[in-house]
Amino acid sequence: MFKFLLRRAALTLPTFFALMFVTFFAIRLVPGDPVEVRTGERGISPERLAQFRHELGLDRPIWQQFLDYVWNLLHGDFGTSIVTNERVLTEFFALFPATLELSFFAMVFAIGIGIPAGVIAALKRGSIFDQTLMGLSLTGFSMPIFWWGLLLIMLVSERLGLTPVSGRIDLIKYYFEPVTGFMLIDALLSDQKGAFWSALHHLVLPAIVLGTVPLATLARMTRSSMLEVLSEDYVRTARAKGLSPFRVIGLHALRNALIPVVTIVGLQVGSLMAGAVLTETIFSWPGVGKWLIESIGRRDYPALQGGILLISSIVILVNLTVDVLYGSINPRIRHGR
Amino acid sequence: MAADAAVAEVHAVPAPPGPLRAFWASFSENKGAVFGLVLLSIIVLVAIFAEFVAPYSPIEQFREFSKLPPFWVEGGTTKFWLGTDALGRDTLSRLIYGARISLFIGLAVMVVSIAIGVSLGLVAAFAGGVVDVVIMRVMDLIISVPGLVLAILIVAVLGPSLANTIVAVTIVFLPRYVRLVRASAMGEINKEYVTAARVAGVKGLRLMLRTVLPNCLAPLIVQAALGVSEAILEAAALGFLGLGAQPPIPEWGSMLADSREFIRSNPWIVTLPGLAILVTVISINLMGDGLRDALDPKLKRS
Amino acid sequence: MSIGLKRGLVGAALATLLMGTTAVSAKTLVYCSEGSPENFTPALNTTGTSFDAARPIYNQLVEFERGSTKVGPGLAESWTVSEDGTVITFKLRKGVKWHTVTGFKPTREFNADDVLWSFNRQWKPDHPFAKVSGGKYDYFADMDMPKLLKSLEKKDDYTVVMTLNQPNAPILANLAMDFASIQSAEYAEQLLKSGKPETFDQVPVGTGPFSFVAYQKDAVIRYKKNPDFWGEKAMVDDLVYAITPDPTARYSKLKANECQFVPYPRPADLAEMQKDPNIQVINQPGLNIAYWAFNNTKPPFDKKEVRQAFNMAIDKASIIKDVYQGTGQAAKNLIPPTLWSYNDSVKDYPYDAAKAKEMLEKAGVKLPLEIDLWYMPVQRPYNPNAKRIAEMMQADLAKVGVNAKLVTYEWGEYRKRAQQGEPMTVQLGWTGDNGDPDNFFFLRGCSAAGAGGQNLTKWCNKEFDDRLKKAASTADVKERTKLYEEMQVIMKEEAPDMTIAHSIVYEVMRKGVTGYKQSPFGGHKFNGVDVQ
Repeated sequence: MFKFLLRRAALTLPTFFALMFVTFFAIRLVPGDPVEVRTGERGISPERLAQFRHELGLDRPIWQQFLDYVWNLLHGDFGTSIVTNERVLTEFFALFPATLELSFFAMVFAIGIGIPAGVIAALKRGSIFDQTLMGLSLTGFSMPIFWWGLLLIMLVSERLGLTPVSGRIDLIKYYFEPVTGFMLIDALLSDQKGAFWSALHHLVLPAIVLGTVPLATLARMTRSSMLEVLSEDYVRTARAKGLSPFRVIGLHALRNALIPVVTIVGLQVGSLMAGAVLTETIFSWPGVGKWLIESIGRRDYPALQGGILLISSIVILVNLTVDVLYGSINPRIRHGR
Repeated sequence: MAADAAVAEVHAVPAPPGPLRAFWASFSENKGAVFGLVLLSIIVLVAIFAEFVAPYSPIEQFREFSKLPPFWVEGGTTKFWLGTDALGRDTLSRLIYGARISLFIGLAVMVVSIAIGVSLGLVAAFAGGVVDVVIMRVMDLIISVPGLVLAILIVAVLGPSLANTIVAVTIVFLPRYVRLVRASAMGEINKEYVTAARVAGVKGLRLMLRTVLPNCLAPLIVQAALGVSEAILEAAALGFLGLGAQPPIPEWGSMLADSREFIRSNPWIVTLPGLAILVTVISINLMGDGLRDALDPKLKRS
Repeated sequence: MSIGLKRGLVGAALATLLMGTTAVSAKTLVYCSEGSPENFTPALNTTGTSFDAARPIYNQLVEFERGSTKVGPGLAESWTVSEDGTVITFKLRKGVKWHTVTGFKPTREFNADDVLWSFNRQWKPDHPFAKVSGGKYDYFADMDMPKLLKSLEKKDDYTVVMTLNQPNAPILANLAMDFASIQSAEYAEQLLKSGKPETFDQVPVGTGPFSFVAYQKDAVIRYKKNPDFWGEKAMVDDLVYAITPDPTARYSKLKANECQFVPYPRPADLAEMQKDPNIQVINQPGLNIAYWAFNNTKPPFDKKEVRQAFNMAIDKASIIKDVYQGTGQAAKNLIPPTLWSYNDSVKDYPYDAAKAKEMLEKAGVKLPLEIDLWYMPVQRPYNPNAKRIAEMMQADLAKVGVNAKLVTYEWGEYRKRAQQGEPMTVQLGWTGDNGDPDNFFFLRGCSAAGAGGQNLTKWCNKEFDDRLKKAASTADVKERTKLYEEMQVIMKEEAPDMTIAHSIVYEVMRKGVTGYKQSPFGGHKFNGVDVQ
């Protein structure tokens, strides 16, 4: 087991280095320049541009910049944002809780509805419920979420006035210093009445939007996985033995059916991050996805490099964990690879 | 609309006279899939014959009629069935021509990624060793960056255009084809018929393409169908972020982005392009489900 | 969120107090601002967003009167200019108190040392703060201050003498701009000693009507009333900038009374806003111009007739209607009508596609003509949607047999390439800084027409340029007015560009907000503003 883990971990190292290399050079190929992009109609004189580029170290040979970058990375230094003068690592982990909070609740939404719905659909295969659910999940699965987000804002926030249009909390009424960065937890810690509800209120719609595609995927997966398990011999045997349906489903079928589902949940992390980019953009949610998009616009090289590297590392780590977990549940995988 | 999507079940299929007939028999039992196919066929036909179907040119500006709602809403007119956009262009015509763009993107991405994916996957499976490791590490690399972020970065490097959208989305989708082909080829490679072919002197390309590949096709076709719909979504997302096709090309995602400011005042302009994307993607996915059920019973979900 | 932690901590204690139950009786004005400032030192910044965030805090030696382009006294009570126009002596205001913020309690009042400190930071590379926070002083350089300034001396604690290398008429207007804000030398010194000079630009100390309380990036900036302010006092106790980048969200918040003042409304929403009885909408022409420049060095745009024909080929009225949607007026001159020397007798070209086509053919242009048409990738104050304008122009041009290819680049790249003279035709614009016509007309002067220069038309007309130079070195306003008026006539006839529009700046507030005056420069200032 340990050996397997070690091998899988070792395999990700070259990926990580390659990632470092590719992001560094790809980003430098993006036309435009972090100094120029900030000037207005006036522009900037070539001498001053040269001076700033020098101060930012952008005038040195690119391989030297790269070596410095790698050297600093190895020392845990992801560089300093050109725009905000803030350390990239600080900035990232200041914004990351917002993304995590959003993603977490999106997954809670997806799992909370998707798995039970999938199970029920499988049990009542062919029923109206099953048909409706499959139709809906196919729709959700095919949803362009940027449009879905706009549509919900239009209906729920604008027309019905049920939820706020953007942001994480009512900033005017509630003000407290971030402790954990998770707005819900901070709101509870702050002791301000209503702050928690305000934060939750702001979270609902974005979480639904981000959770829609995973919800649809999970419902479909759970249903088919459940159907498969239900048709297996041991379940049929258990049923035939006269075990109560609850025990059959609860103890035998569900447990086995959920193994592949857990994997899917884990592997959704990557697409969840991509979805977060769009969701955060639509809802002005101050997370890493929106930050990354803005960094491209501002040609903030260090922020971009660091951001992509960090996000990808997280995705790699999560996938690795899922892999390992799955491997420990299902030993066949270990040798299969 | 897709209520009966995955209901149909394929039980015992009678002994088929030919593979195509068998496929059709199996496919047509899935009502949802047939519905998807019909819908998609309509969309494809409309896209192909856009010049004849669309009432106007997608770029003609009727400036005295800007921002009209669809005809059934108050203020709308039957002159412009689905209303007009901010510049007075006919929404219906733009959606029709947009179908062409989106389907083209989806198909182009699919064709290119299959071509490259199959080659790389087969090479990785057959060559093994360092080549295999290098190819698969590169694919891991691509997969580790969230798809949309990677696509945005690629478009940022290459500059926004229709062609570069296709390039970016293709790169993002490549790994799944490579992995799929490699995995199924690896599964086939040690089977007896391959060994037999080898013994009979079949070598290299011929062995890869003629002997092994046909046996990996089923999952590939399913993946390809789903890949088209995902490519359409991904390209629309890029368009929405302003990184896709450039004006005046009526790409659905960028139509949505252009009209975002009217979300309050003229919601129709925002609603329709998204609906077009959704319907197209649903129809492809419905059909893809049917394809999967018919071609690859192992992957069957229902 | 802990980005704002360091900055925010400073004001945290105060803020918690403020947001407690005591806040009930206090009057709060919430301004839904459009973005986060880069920092709070105007000299380092170039964006209106950053200036707006610093404006409640600081004063300048001389200041634009609220709601006008007129320069009046600020931290300098009075000033005298020597006869040759090169020596300006400022008499400073006495008894002006610096703000107290967490971590800094001033021990002295404002004096000449602060003035010298503030200018020297931007001027002298060996100044201890010259390199702090990136050390870019764009406006100081852009307004030619390093070239203009000969010396800046302290005569006594309340007298500062500024000596120029040459007389310069707009200098006082320049000194009223945000970059010339006066900051505390004592505060800077204290921070330098404690080894945290960057704090200076993040937790600002000024003399203005409001003092800084706390800032949370992408979320909120809080200020409180400065009861000791020397000028027009704040009417509200607390001022809050709720950072809300999305205009739809800003509007929603205004409707919910979550904020009382909203800048930059979406043109598409204006009609609905104007109908709302709880909301008042005000507007004023902006000090700006959006134009479409023809590269006069690239055939066929070297021909006057071709440029004129292009002016006639475009349906300007439609652009104003469909893109500006009521937030712009058609421009016939480079300067907006609110600026002195505007020549109202100039006649714009009529929209006449047939005539345009005829003129093109007459000028020997082979149709269809292929050109490129560049549009900005970003929204600008003078142009809400360059892409949409480009699409309209493209459609109009097609009617006269011109195929326009739309081109855009990332903003910095766009401007750089445009200045190099790469495009055939290119959209851009300008926002006035100080209310002087020269600040606009230099855009068509010969010295800016070289590669890399700001004159995107690359048009160099001797008649025009001679007058431009003469007007810049003349002090007599009447004489200058006459010259500028003539220049507008020349420009219209020569048509180096097509002037598109001057935007109209709209601001929206709740009915109970009183005393607000719109600034012609587009900035926001909230002393003297009250809420009910």
